[in-house]
Amino acid sequence: MAGTHIQALYRQQTGPLHRLMPHVKLATTLLFVLAVVATPRHAFWAFAVHAVVLTALTAAARIRPGFVLRRMLIEIPFLLFAVFLPFVGTGERVEVAGISLSLAGLWAAWSILAKATLGVWASILLAATTQVPHLLEGLDRLRFPRVITAIMGFMVRYLDLVADEWSRMGTALRSRAYRPRSIRRAGALAAAIGALFVRSYERGERVHQAMLSRGFDGTMPSPTGAVATGPQWSAAAAVAGLAAAVAAAGWLIP
Amino acid sequence: MSVPTVEMQGVGFHYPDGHRALDGIDLHVHPGERVALLGPNGAGKTTLILHLNGILLPQTGTVEIAGLPVRKANLTEVRRRVGIVFQDPDDQLFMPSVAADVAFGPSNLGLSGAALEARVAAALAAVGADHLGPRTPHHLSFGERRLVAIATVLAMEPEILVLDEPTANLDPAGRRELAEVLDDLDHTMLVVTHDLPFALQSCSRAVVLNRGRIVADGPIRRVLADEELMVANRLELPFGFDRRLLEQ
Repeated sequence: MAGTHIQALYRQQTGPLHRLMPHVKLATTLLFVLAVVATPRHAFWAFAVHAVVLTALTAAARIRPGFVLRRMLIEIPFLLFAVFLPFVGTGERVEVAGISLSLAGLWAAWSILAKATLGVWASILLAATTQVPHLLEGLDRLRFPRVITAIMGFMVRYLDLVADEWSRMGTALRSRAYRPRSIRRAGALAAAIGALFVRSYERGERVHQAMLSRGFDGTMPSPTGAVATGPQWSAAAAVAGLAAAVAAAGWLIP
Repeated sequence: MSVPTVEMQGVGFHYPDGHRALDGIDLHVHPGERVALLGPNGAGKTTLILHLNGILLPQTGTVEIAGLPVRKANLTEVRRRVGIVFQDPDDQLFMPSVAADVAFGPSNLGLSGAALEARVAAALAAVGADHLGPRTPHHLSFGERRLVAIATVLAMEPEILVLDEPTANLDPAGRRELAEVLDDLDHTMLVVTHDLPFALQSCSRAVVLNRGRIVADGPIRRVLADEELMVANRLELPFGFDRRLLEQ
């Protein structure tokens, strides 16, 4: 099989985070990120505590720091935006190495940098310890609308298939010496995209037929699978509770 | 005589573009029979099997499955009774895991909990795929996907198993494994195939369809040995086929 793109974020490991039920992890991640967002930007120590918690969890999950750092590159476009803020911000200005910067802009940039980094880190940890199908199961258990999780499930199932089909079409085009050099020759590419669309659409029809043949009546079956144990919920509540407490303390302690 | 598993009488169907796909089909399949449905491309084979479970409803004539007429009111029960394994397993396997996919049919029939799990386990065991339950369909070999697709249908405990080109794209070992799995099942079967040696191996009766009509129906050895009939319907035994296999 050529494509496993969709699973690229997952790390095969055995650890406490891998064993944790997906819906517990999802709920904890969400609460943790909310706590990070709610943390006041002037409470530097609070962000340090959040980072320590994530470091401990990353170590417990046996995820290598290099993996997390590489995946964090996705954050860069947002950070580029943050970098501009001190230059274009208004209000009180400060001199740093001879450059005049906006104080409000500096605060905004720091806030984006810290909160986005922690949020992305938490998401990477979730994705690295939970397989995509389990994530969907977790969403189901958290009462996410079935229609949405079903659509996400189809996307997960068929994205790789469509990507493989596209790469085979590309190979077939190149095998007939197709090397688009000018816009006039882009027609073949457009035709290939159109063909891929029609093929995917027809596949959708066939999948639907096959589903009807197995008694599909418009409602997806409800999720099955193990339920989370008390200790799992306690451990998760401890992480989320700590993050919330830190965020609250950030507001109370100047 | 027992109630036929499949009873089609005078079934006609034409597509919106006017193409007449089925033209007065009379077909009876009795419990326990294994029937090969043969014919050239475009003969109407796929259209015929889509009539068995009401994906297409006959424009003329009637279809009954084990005595139950195929019509809108009966579709759920008809689809439980008729298990169709489609040609491309990627059309059939759409859930994120194999076990969830096998559970899809029976849960549409209202099963849940331990009963559902038992169905899934039994269906996977019947095709020798017990170990594939937690896997993602996309990561299986083509042969494994074919077997799992059969399991998704077996889990509904159908009265008749309909297989559309089951050996297409399989490697020789996969084809042999499939034949062994089908041998161990005691379902009534209708096998649509261009693979005539496979049809001979797994079926005792052959029905030849051409231009929407049934042009031959009889013991498979006699049909395959009838050279005039074979040529007229673009059927050919592969190079190197041992014709002694056709002697009764």
